Amino acid sequence: MSRPVAVLVVALSVLALAVRPAAAQSGKPVSEDVVHEVAAQLRCVVCQNLSVADSPSEMAGQMRAIIRERLAAGESPAEVQRYFVERYGEWILLSPPRRGFNLLVWLLPLVAVVVGLAVTVALVWRWTHRRRGVRTAPVAVDPAMSERIRRELESGR
Amino acid sequence: MTADLGYGMTLVALGLAVYGSIAAGAGARTGRLALVESAQHAAVGVFVLVTTCFALLTYAFLTFDFSVRYVATNTNLGTPFYYRITGVWGALEGSIILWSWMLALYTIILIVRHREGARELYPWALATMLGILAFFLLVMTVAAPPFQRQVPVPADGRGLNPLLEDTGMITHPVALYLGFTGFTVPFAFAMAALITGRIGDTWLALTRRWTIVAWYFLSLGLLIGGWWSYHVLGWGGYWAWDPVENAAFMPWLTGTAFLHSVMIQERRRMLRLWNISLVILTFGLTLFGTFLTRSGVIASVHAFTQGSIGVLFLSFLGLVLLSALGLVAWRWEAIRSEGELDSVVSRESAFLLNNVLLVAAAFTVFFGTVFPLLSEAVRGVKVSVGAPFFNQVNIPLFLSLVFLMGVGPLIAWRRASLDNLTRNFLWPVALGIVAAAAAFALGVRSVLAALTFATTVFVAVTIAVDFTRATRSRLRLGESLLPAMGRLLLRHNRRYGGFVVHLGILIIALGVMGSHAWSVQTETTLHRGEAAELAGYRVRFDGLTAVEESNHLKVVGAFTVSNGKPLGVLRPAKKFYPQEQAPIAYVDYRLGLREDLYLVLGDFARDGSQATIKLQVNRLVSWIWIGGLVLTLGAALAILPERHKSA
Amino acid sequence: MKRLWRWLIPVAVLPVLALLAYGFKVSPRDIPSPLVGRPAPAFALATLDGSPLSLEGHRGKVVVVNFWASWCYPACYEEAPVLERNWRGYRARGVVVVGVDIQDKREAAEKFVADFGLTFPVAQDLKGTVSVDYGVYGVPETFFVDRKGQIRVKHVGAVTDDVFRATVDRLLAEPSAP
Repeated sequence: MSRPVAVLVVALSVLALAVRPAAAQSGKPVSEDVVHEVAAQLRCVVCQNLSVADSPSEMAGQMRAIIRERLAAGESPAEVQRYFVERYGEWILLSPPRRGFNLLVWLLPLVAVVVGLAVTVALVWRWTHRRRGVRTAPVAVDPAMSERIRRELESGR
Repeated sequence: MTADLGYGMTLVALGLAVYGSIAAGAGARTGRLALVESAQHAAVGVFVLVTTCFALLTYAFLTFDFSVRYVATNTNLGTPFYYRITGVWGALEGSIILWSWMLALYTIILIVRHREGARELYPWALATMLGILAFFLLVMTVAAPPFQRQVPVPADGRGLNPLLEDTGMITHPVALYLGFTGFTVPFAFAMAALITGRIGDTWLALTRRWTIVAWYFLSLGLLIGGWWSYHVLGWGGYWAWDPVENAAFMPWLTGTAFLHSVMIQERRRMLRLWNISLVILTFGLTLFGTFLTRSGVIASVHAFTQGSIGVLFLSFLGLVLLSALGLVAWRWEAIRSEGELDSVVSRESAFLLNNVLLVAAAFTVFFGTVFPLLSEAVRGVKVSVGAPFFNQVNIPLFLSLVFLMGVGPLIAWRRASLDNLTRNFLWPVALGIVAAAAAFALGVRSVLAALTFATTVFVAVTIAVDFTRATRSRLRLGESLLPAMGRLLLRHNRRYGGFVVHLGILIIALGVMGSHAWSVQTETTLHRGEAAELAGYRVRFDGLTAVEESNHLKVVGAFTVSNGKPLGVLRPAKKFYPQEQAPIAYVDYRLGLREDLYLVLGDFARDGSQATIKLQVNRLVSWIWIGGLVLTLGAALAILPERHKSA
Repeated sequence: MKRLWRWLIPVAVLPVLALLAYGFKVSPRDIPSPLVGRPAPAFALATLDGSPLSLEGHRGKVVVVNFWASWCYPACYEEAPVLERNWRGYRARGVVVVGVDIQDKREAAEKFVADFGLTFPVAQDLKGTVSVDYGVYGVPETFFVDRKGQIRVKHVGAVTDDVFRATVDRLLAEPSAP
């Protein structure tokens, strides 16, 4: 190979190496807040009902380290979550995903409130309208008397 | 010997309770007073026996009597003195004895207070109480006997669960159980009312104070539990929506609903059916709570054990609910009161709304707790329902309830005129909006935090408005300030006790909001001499020391803390107990009004050269405990006997 | 008809009780693994004596991956002799037992291995990545990997002779990958 060609090849190789994305090293600095957010959605597998973010156990610490590594490697929080779900099942999510059967647990409380309100409104309607027929004529009250009654009520109540 | 003696006494107590229950019921049915009196004697006998059993067990603990299996499993030669006393109720069998003892105590108090006054209801209430007591004694005899023999007698015991070696251990279960068992009495009277058909207001009036006392102890138990969780369990939080926490929270929610709806029945003679159902539901939920803790059906931090005890509790729960609700269905015609309301805008409506929200919240918590089971039964897939779910769904409900707290006490009964509304609510609404704007101006961007802030200010101003107005009228009558305020509180202690309780809830709400919205944390590994920084604090790792204690090895980390000025040294630790698989983390913290600095020791190098720490700055958490204290004062005020009202 | 509606209230309790009773049949700690039927995750560890240990290195054999810890008493203590015994018995037939120790100190691991005279390769998963990769949530857990590298059985709890032999015999009887 002639000298100039060799130099060109070397130069091009160096250039190629330089622009290749640095996938080997973890470049992205990861904020602890993001780690915490992701970890707070995952269930600590050796605890009872604590999140990976909260649990002081060793396994939770290791899981947080794994989350940190994966986020640093460029994965999105959703992808990190999916990684855990693929290995542990839906169980590892502290909040059931809003799909299919799980919608029941998300919607039923809302339904309960709506039904409760509806029943209450219906009852209140019936109770306020029952009186319609028997309403007595309002008694005319002297304003001074009214004011005195009010003051006494205030002091006594 | 102790074991046999204790077991024998339990059996006799069980027999007496069964007899007493039947005798009281028969006496009520036939009208023969002698039978009822005999039942009373039986009740006294049960109380004496259970107390003796309790004392015997405590004695066995104090003297390291490892021939009793329960003592051998829950204590060892290194257990300190006071934990040998509190350890008595540290595990399943002891907790049942504690529960039974409290039931027996409440039965005696019921006898003393009500045997004269409530001729019709009293015998049936007594029969119910003794029947429930008999069940727990049955559990003690058959499923969880505390007096089983340990053969051969070991030289040393296993030891108390180290997490229970804490002052919270003395108070949390006691307060909680006093609350749980306290709700048995209103239930017993409700049953008496249903059985006798006297479903008027008598049973309600009799149980008013019981309900407040039980409600108060339940609140106290929950708060202490939160405090215990916060400073012992080392995860930096006070409430995890753990199934057993939920199990204690649900009766609190329905109990609170009951406390409020009772007032409607007192004033307007309405909602009798609803009130009876609420009491039954509340008691049922307390049983559900004990079932959950002891059956292992749902995984939980608190779970004691599995086995036949779960079946026993479930059967009893079923029996109680089916018979009580069956009675309700039977008496349907008699209970149903035709309601009358003057206007939608009235205190009655506010209370109804309060009930709907509280019961809906209880339903949410219940459904969320059992949903994993449902999912598995229907789909075969295990899911988890944890804190994120409960927080998301419940927070709107609770915020609305806080708002109602401001509306309810001030809005008029029957019909709130426009005049009444403006006079009472103009200032609170205005200041609430101002507060929200101020929060926004100060940089608060979380909508939830701003809303909470606005609602809290709204409620606080309503309380202030009422109190100042009432005080001012008294001042006009010629009294001086402090006596006026004092007399106001005492004369109308029910109303103002309620206000103070509401105030306590407000402070707790602020604390919860602060800790949720504004807490920060970080996790990092430090070499000796290195420091971590968070929220203006600087925490420097100085080194580790290992200390041999009486029953464990403690590794303590020393961390110098400063925030511009030196704040001292924090020493979080890890305790290694020989009988426990994993070390227990002990946090160290600096509590403050505005924020707490919270430090957990994680992994560390053997030579002390480096340590991983979790550092948290929790905001406004102390307000939760302060709110709890205020709540206590309010409940105490509300329970005082009513003075005669004069002008 | 209207009179009967009220009886719905007590009756409504029954399905709730039934659900809770169902809870007795299942264990809340029994989590089915989504990895069964999927390729076993690769790992690259070093055994306690320093030699490399990976799944790749045993391609074509039936691999029994056992997760354990020295503090896991009594289950791991019960199954250690079972694993050793069966390792020696099946070794010549193309079966390898691999022990992965989690959340342990080195001395504790070495002591455990010495106490039970374990001769199969044992490595420590110091960072926990392998245990999380396998969806381990407690110890002991054992994964039976077939010759094609798929996880076929996950066994939670101490392995017994019967379980080991039945599973491994079944997997050995299958043809290996072409």
